[in-house]
Amino acid sequence: MDLQHTPTAALQNYSPELRVLLFDYTLQLADTSLILGHRLSEWCGHGPILEQDLAMANIALDLIGETRSLYQYAAELEGKGRTEDDLAYLREAVEYKNPLLVEQPNGDFADTVMRQFIFDGFHFFLLKDLQNSPDPGLAGIAAKSFKEASYHLKWSSEWIIRLGDGTEESKRRIEKALSNLWRYSGELFAMTQTEKQLAQASFIPEYSALQPQWEAHVAKVFAEATLEVPQNVFMQKGGKTGLHTEHLGYLLTELQYLQRAYPGLEW
Amino acid sequence: MTTEENIWQLLEEVSDPEIPVLSILDLGVLRNVRVREDGHVQVTITPTYSGCPAMNTIAADIKLKLLALGFKDVSVNLQLSPAWTTDWLTPDGKVKLEAYGIAPPVEPNGDIHALFGRDTLVRCPLCKSENTKLISQFGSTSCKAHYQCLDCLEPFDYFKCLK
Repeated sequence: MDLQHTPTAALQNYSPELRVLLFDYTLQLADTSLILGHRLSEWCGHGPILEQDLAMANIALDLIGETRSLYQYAAELEGKGRTEDDLAYLREAVEYKNPLLVEQPNGDFADTVMRQFIFDGFHFFLLKDLQNSPDPGLAGIAAKSFKEASYHLKWSSEWIIRLGDGTEESKRRIEKALSNLWRYSGELFAMTQTEKQLAQASFIPEYSALQPQWEAHVAKVFAEATLEVPQNVFMQKGGKTGLHTEHLGYLLTELQYLQRAYPGLEW
Repeated sequence: MTTEENIWQLLEEVSDPEIPVLSILDLGVLRNVRVREDGHVQVTITPTYSGCPAMNTIAADIKLKLLALGFKDVSVNLQLSPAWTTDWLTPDGKVKLEAYGIAPPVEPNGDIHALFGRDTLVRCPLCKSENTKLISQFGSTSCKAHYQCLDCLEPFDYFKCLK
């Protein structure tokens, strides 16, 4: 059954330029939570223990729920008749605007926990601020997802501590994950042209203001986990402008398979 | 009684498919009912969690219920804002939850500040002991965490506090 969101009245007063900016940004947020949600869902049935299998499936569900709200809102902003399904299933890899971090493969449990921890802190502080956006669409979705994101951050922070301050093997693995994934953390805070313009208009926060909050949380958790914050790492970027690692294509092949094989198929 | 008030009352009979002892009124997910002059009924609901898979079923149940009662033109919309909180669970709903074997939400919540703080004191819904242990923040559905009672040893669900 087609359960639609209540239309956002404020859109009538927006200029076409503002709608395009908000569409691009909403789409980028949607792509990010979809790709990470999909990655986490790959763990379903393969988790190290039942409780953590459930935890990752639950976080995936929250992220995909957020994704649906964002794609529906993006479709409304665009106003060209595309639906949430068109946006998720019928775009090519270069059209996806998620940062590189979230498309990285699951690796072992430590890799997944580290990827999640780096993202969760960013997500938490972004949503916290975005709740106050003058745009009611983004503010509403952020207020809803912020509450869920605080549970995610708690989960990944606890696992960083448990693995870092755990056994010799868990420490070795989480340090390896850190050295593999830290290079993707910078892109989260590197603003695109769209983000800069929206921040200038005060629709979204300046990411330079979010970064110190994120760094403080990371430092606190790493200290507890006996992990060192890496210094002077060259930061990879590209995903937010459509330049992805090879992993995204494989992920989309699976995610979009059904709509590509049977166009227009519905449940 | 106006038609709208009447519909609110009738929807007391629509329950959460995953926690069938709770009606959508107990749960606080029913937000608004509007009847237009031409007889169109617009019902607005809000999700507990973004990805809650029960929302489609709840919307379908609302529609079926009202159609069966003779309302011809019914639509159901989803509204995110203001975001649902566990405060909207009615006191009656909390009693029903505990009787059903699910510990109702208690303060404090899963806020980031709780990370290094004390765990929430959750009472076992079966033997009422407060000597319980968090097994996992994530349980059988998005809205529940998984606990175990250290006195009667039974595992149980806890309805997470969301604010």
